[in-house]
Amino acid sequence: MTVVLNGEERSCREGWTLADLVADLRLTGRRIAVELNRNIIPRDEYTSYRLRPGDEIEVVHFVGGG
Amino acid sequence: MKPTPTSPAPRVREGKVLIVGVGGLGSPAALALALAGVGTIGLIDPDAVELSNLQRQIVHQTADLGRPKVVSAREKLLRLNSAVEVITHHERLQAENLPRLFHPYDFVIDATDGVATKFLINDGAVLLGKPFSYAGIVQFSGQTLTVLPRQTTCLRCLFPDIPSADDVPTCQEAGIIGSLAGSLGMVQAAEAVKYLSGDGELLTDRLLTYEALAPRWRAVTVKRNPRCPLCGVSPTITALSSEEQDQTISCAVGGETSVEWKREKESV
Repeated sequence: MTVVLNGEERSCREGWTLADLVADLRLTGRRIAVELNRNIIPRDEYTSYRLRPGDEIEVVHFVGGG
Repeated sequence: MKPTPTSPAPRVREGKVLIVGVGGLGSPAALALALAGVGTIGLIDPDAVELSNLQRQIVHQTADLGRPKVVSAREKLLRLNSAVEVITHHERLQAENLPRLFHPYDFVIDATDGVATKFLINDGAVLLGKPFSYAGIVQFSGQTLTVLPRQTTCLRCLFPDIPSADDVPTCQEAGIIGSLAGSLGMVQAAEAVKYLSGDGELLTDRLLTYEALAPRWRAVTVKRNPRCPLCGVSPTITALSSEEQDQTISCAVGGETSVEWKREKESV
């Protein structure tokens, strides 16, 4: 199954949730925002959303330096 | 619009922009605003110039070591354009002084180097209805977003809780290439000038990211979050908290700046 992650195609296993994808990116525990098809997804919904082919996902990190 | 120091558009010449932090982002932003002829430029920074600042804080020079950053910057800006007024605020932005400091200005540039201070600026600006530009930089990455309070996406829409300093690498921990600060600081200055002049579109509802290694500029569409604790339908943040203080350390690349050291220095 293929989704679009940060503008680039990426293959995922069938049945993966948003939480699985975030964990696979080794981003668990870091301060990130996840947007799915242009809507911000609350953190507590990562585990309940099952990815679908063609989903557009943006993972944004908070950057605090200056 | 004639973008020369001698003939800025009237709305730019009469405009007032506050820059919080005269470091990596604030240095190029301040220089650009002075050259654009922004009539009043406010500078907030409690710190003095250190050697480790100079690889990216381009408004300061070796002769400025030990001088307050706001004083060093003001001198350079007036040399570039004596027609602008530069107001210095040699103090740390806090919940208590934020309303007083923000009030006179049309637009705020968040050029700070700490997680908590960035959220303090976001919260204060939204509560006071003050448009501002956020930017963050670390290592080889940077990002920026312009916020029109209660009209466009704010930082809390994306990150409802303040990330802990442990989760967000600072420039001190991770380092930074100096030119990255210039790239993002200049975008922030362009946003301020566009806001004043009314030209073009602002960088609202789009987070502009720059990856210097790739290299790639990219704008990610971001929408307002109805569950935003600050500007959502049922906000839980309705006043500034004095706990929202910057507990992170400055972007000193040399690594000699410890939290304890800096706090001690500030209390002098």
